[in-house]
Amino acid sequence: MYPWLWRHLPGPAPVRILILAVAAVAVLAVCFQWVFPAVAPYMPFSDTTVGE
Amino acid sequence: MTTTSSPGLVPRHSRSSRRAAGGPGIVYHAVGILGELLITLGVLVLAFLVWQLWWTDVEGNRAQAEVVENLPWAPPPTAAAGETGPVIAEPRRDEPPVMAEPDHAVMFATLQVPRWEGEPERPVSQGVDRPTVLDVLGIGHYPETAMPGAVGNFALAGHRTTYGKPFNRIAELQDGDPIVVRTADTWYVYRVTSSAVVTPQDVDVIAPTPGQPGVEPTERIITLTTCHPMFSARERYIVHGVLDYWAPVTDGTPAELLGGA
Repeated sequence: MYPWLWRHLPGPAPVRILILAVAAVAVLAVCFQWVFPAVAPYMPFSDTTVGE
Repeated sequence: MTTTSSPGLVPRHSRSSRRAAGGPGIVYHAVGILGELLITLGVLVLAFLVWQLWWTDVEGNRAQAEVVENLPWAPPPTAAAGETGPVIAEPRRDEPPVMAEPDHAVMFATLQVPRWEGEPERPVSQGVDRPTVLDVLGIGHYPETAMPGAVGNFALAGHRTTYGKPFNRIAELQDGDPIVVRTADTWYVYRVTSSAVVTPQDVDVIAPTPGQPGVEPTERIITLTTCHPMFSARERYIVHGVLDYWAPVTDGTPAELLGGA
């Protein structure tokens, strides 16, 4: 998966590393903004109220 | 480049010594991809923990501080003519004013606990569901429980960890500690009477008379509920208090907030 990605990225090694770094930051940003908030309610912790 | 030549070297060696060409190669390939997927999943789980344990606090504290900062409420008076510093409000123990219950997710009060030194003044909003109140606005008020100062049970919920964790230090509270609630015009100073750990199903703790559902209330109670143990939803940590006194905001600031009492 990652070797395949590396072979298909354009440019010399430093450019590819830069592209991968930017992509990683973008993935994390999407996770922080949308994915994790959507997943959090299904996690079995931080319920604070009493009731059924 | 090295990346283009290396795949051909290792498999050819192993391939020739094993059975059909391609069989083990595909397996190795699949295992390699599975490994990469698992590593990626691990990194994402770590990122989720960072988000849950750190980022939600950053966002929650920022949002709650903004709510308190932007309140259109008049500040309590400070001493006039020569003297500096705030005026101490005279405790009143007659019938306190009680506001009507606001609409869902409307912020109507703030909460300060002198024991939690360093904690900011926290907003209190109507409702206790997580997406619209507890995760974004901080402390929530159980609908249809008493309002501040009223006879009955003013019941609140808040996160103990994550999302700004307004009730993070709830276990530090001791009997007699003041809990100061402010609405637009009135201070309500409660004092802690008991702490307990109960199950999440124990709704009696927010009954008008705690522990005795259906009994007509006679006292002005405050109840804080949060999760217990920390980072778990197995039990609930409960703190009860009773109203000590109230004071109009125009009279000054409760002594409890000024380092006194």
